Amino acid sequence: MKIHWTQIAAAVSLYPLLTAVHADTLQRDLWTPAEIEQISSLSLRALDALPPDPSNRVADDPRAVALGQSLFFDTRLSSNGRVSCATCHLPEREFQDGAPLASGVGTTSRRTMTVAATAHSPFLFWDGRKDSQWSQALGPLESPVEHGGTRAQYAHVIAANYRTEYEAIFGAIPDLKRIPSIAGPVPEAAAARAWAGLSDAQRDAVTGIYVNIGKAIAAYERRIQYRASRFDRYVDGLRQATSTPQNALSPDEVAGLRLFIGKANCTQCHNGPLLTNNEFHNTGVPVRPRLPADAGRLAGADTVLRDEFNCRSRWSDANPAQCAELEYLVTGAHTLQRAFKVPSLRNVAQRAPYMHAGQLATLREVLDHYRRAPAAPAGHSELKPLRLAANELQQLEAFLHTLSGGTTAPPMPQSVTAPNQNR
Amino acid sequence: MKSLPYYTAAGLAMLAISVAGCSHVAAMAFGTGATRPAAGEFGVGPRVSAERRYVATLQPQQALRPRQLQSMRVSIVDARGQAVDGANILVDGGMPQHGHGLPTKPRVTKNLGGGLYDIEGVRFNMGGWWEFKLAIRGVAGADTVTFNLDL
Repeated sequence: MKIHWTQIAAAVSLYPLLTAVHADTLQRDLWTPAEIEQISSLSLRALDALPPDPSNRVADDPRAVALGQSLFFDTRLSSNGRVSCATCHLPEREFQDGAPLASGVGTTSRRTMTVAATAHSPFLFWDGRKDSQWSQALGPLESPVEHGGTRAQYAHVIAANYRTEYEAIFGAIPDLKRIPSIAGPVPEAAAARAWAGLSDAQRDAVTGIYVNIGKAIAAYERRIQYRASRFDRYVDGLRQATSTPQNALSPDEVAGLRLFIGKANCTQCHNGPLLTNNEFHNTGVPVRPRLPADAGRLAGADTVLRDEFNCRSRWSDANPAQCAELEYLVTGAHTLQRAFKVPSLRNVAQRAPYMHAGQLATLREVLDHYRRAPAAPAGHSELKPLRLAANELQQLEAFLHTLSGGTTAPPMPQSVTAPNQNR
Repeated sequence: MKSLPYYTAAGLAMLAISVAGCSHVAAMAFGTGATRPAAGEFGVGPRVSAERRYVATLQPQQALRPRQLQSMRVSIVDARGQAVDGANILVDGGMPQHGHGLPTKPRVTKNLGGGLYDIEGVRFNMGGWWEFKLAIRGVAGADTVTFNLDL
């Protein structure tokens, strides 16, 4: 068949019209019902109501929220008077710090995780060694490289500065006159000796206050949540029957979403409205030089079972039957070696560097890591190499940028000390 | 000179090419090679065990949802339809296409009588095809029943 130039010209002249129709329908009509359902499951609208925390009886007490908020920003809760929770969990940075490794009075061997939406997670920290927000909050307070202080010191801070607020929630503060200013079960020898010198009753009195500090901070942290992002607005549009804010995402971002739920396999771990399955996986993340060996969840699962402040502990307000997460916990499995918590991808573009010790500087490096799927330094990586072209990596990265929406937290009252940003 | 329908057809062909070019192939690019069973193989049962010794039916205590810690009740009868009590049941499962098991260690917590057992501590950490397996050791011997669940 011989094709005349006018035929080509006519077809070409029709093409812009047809592709315009295509572009208009691309973002909406080319999703199958199953894909729309899958995409909708990632929307913040699919998030369950705040789950109760039976281990913390003041979790939803507004007085505890206010006290916890004050404590979150109070640098007196540290050995040098310069470190508060907000030192690493900066409200203006979605409650993380943007540093590869967290720095308090010293430097830790892990990256700061955000506080946002941690109320929805059964286990906290990169290795899941804590099973509630309140017990998590107590870890850094006695860590020699984070807040660096001791529980006796913190009990005195409460008695001297928060007596009224504390006693309204938790009852009378026991007499602390005979309690030394520094004492606790910490590595520092003098503080540990002072702690060993106390009676059981004295230790319980101090630990009781310490635990309540954690529970108040948790009441505040429960209310720190993610805000809706451009992606969520796109999903809203997708689900509406009429015309819509489909243009909430660009064609590249939509292509990235298609890869995200499809051949890039991202939703294998980053699923649900928080874009995390809250589990622990070995993805072959490289070792950060000069840090000690890190077994991740393998160690964390054992640690949480014997944690002084876990759900079954005497400091928990739950009855043991409510501690199902501990009851059915997997421990000792080879798959836990160097497995780390799957972080939420909400606000991910705002929180470089990435991975549990900030090993990867940019989203591009992260995506390239998943494409290459290198062997794990220890244990076995669950990744398989991905056949993704350079433009597909760009599209995925573009999509990840649509997940930024910031965080929401209780407003800062006048009485709260300004966030301390000493690093 | 060709007719207008000819040009329309040519244009539609180009549209089809351009649409096909940006729709993706649903199949996972990588995985274990396990093939999803036919639709009829999915569901909570009744499901016959591998060697036909038992028939098991799942009775989820809540709608099955990803990421939640959940309980399930299972009813077990023998090949003649008689309730099986006092069986030893081990719970296992995973995602054949992804090569991973269950993220928790669920187990039978109660034998309620009448062939009913409570299983607690079940979690499916993503949507998709899951196998949920019960290794049953009871009066009719040892056998395994595998459910295919679509989360």
